Amino acid sequence: MVLNESDRRLVAAIQGGLPLCSHPYAAIAERLSMDEQAVIQAIARLQERGIIKRMGIVVRHHELGYTANAMVVWDVPDERLEQVGKALGGESCVTLCYQRPRRLPKWPYNLFSMIHGKDRQRVLNYIDSLIEAHALDEIPHRILFSGRRFKQRGARYQ
Amino acid sequence: MAISAHCRQPLDPSAQSGPKYCLNNLERRLLNLYQRGLPLTPTPFADIARQLGASEALVLQILGRLQEAGIISRIGPVFKPQRIGACTLAAMQVPAGELERVAAMINRYPEVNHNYEREDEFNLWFVVTAPSQAHLDDTLGRMERETGLPILNLPLIEQFHIDLGFPLWC
Repeated sequence: MVLNESDRRLVAAIQGGLPLCSHPYAAIAERLSMDEQAVIQAIARLQERGIIKRMGIVVRHHELGYTANAMVVWDVPDERLEQVGKALGGESCVTLCYQRPRRLPKWPYNLFSMIHGKDRQRVLNYIDSLIEAHALDEIPHRILFSGRRFKQRGARYQ
Repeated sequence: MAISAHCRQPLDPSAQSGPKYCLNNLERRLLNLYQRGLPLTPTPFADIARQLGASEALVLQILGRLQEAGIISRIGPVFKPQRIGACTLAAMQVPAGELERVAAMINRYPEVNHNYEREDEFNLWFVVTAPSQAHLDDTLGRMERETGLPILNLPLIEQFHIDLGFPLWC
């Protein structure tokens, strides 16, 4: 991924969030000695290139009572991985769904999905419904509920 | 902090679980509609306000209040993983009784942005990002030497979900 110098400066200026004011892009532009339209266009280009996947409100759902969080990992046969990955990834309440490498012998799981809910029972019921809806009963899985959060902040670059 | 009339029961701020804040209708619509698609116009908040039938001042006030309450971490970009620099998910099997000490060691690395306990034999999970793969590998190596524990290095291979933000009806 190649970012030019001005994109790098822009990413650094916006990654902590936009200022809450009437003309936030103009405020960023002033900081970077750019003009407002150039900032807006540069952000649009980063979105088109897929570097920024969304621009919007980043919610900390934990604070809204979504305190139960399960990472459900699945050991999916390679030939079914794409089908199962897309099926789980298309569920609106599955917030993340990634393929990651197996690390045998200790870690046989190659598909990771994240499920948030207001309590554990709801999350467990939801996992049951996913298994039923997508015929996953033959696929070994493990549920890892989250405990304490030791650190959480947005990813920072450079 | 104004507590919305939509809350069914009063919220106890000292409670360990349960929501610390209850959203009113306008706040809920704002958070469901604008986790993506922030207008790229000179006055995005005025444009959002018009969509919601509210004033710009009210939208800015709500966002400021939710940010102050820690419900919103920011209004801005979410980067696609692995497009700028390198990133991995790492897991460790930390002996019981040492978790807090090891978690604090890992927290001290600026390359770490999330660090969680999970209820599993792999009980410490963290995300490491770095400007390059070499920097990332070096960081993981330093962590293993400092903690004396092997790291399960689980970089992303493929993403199957479409990130639309987190719907508040789940």
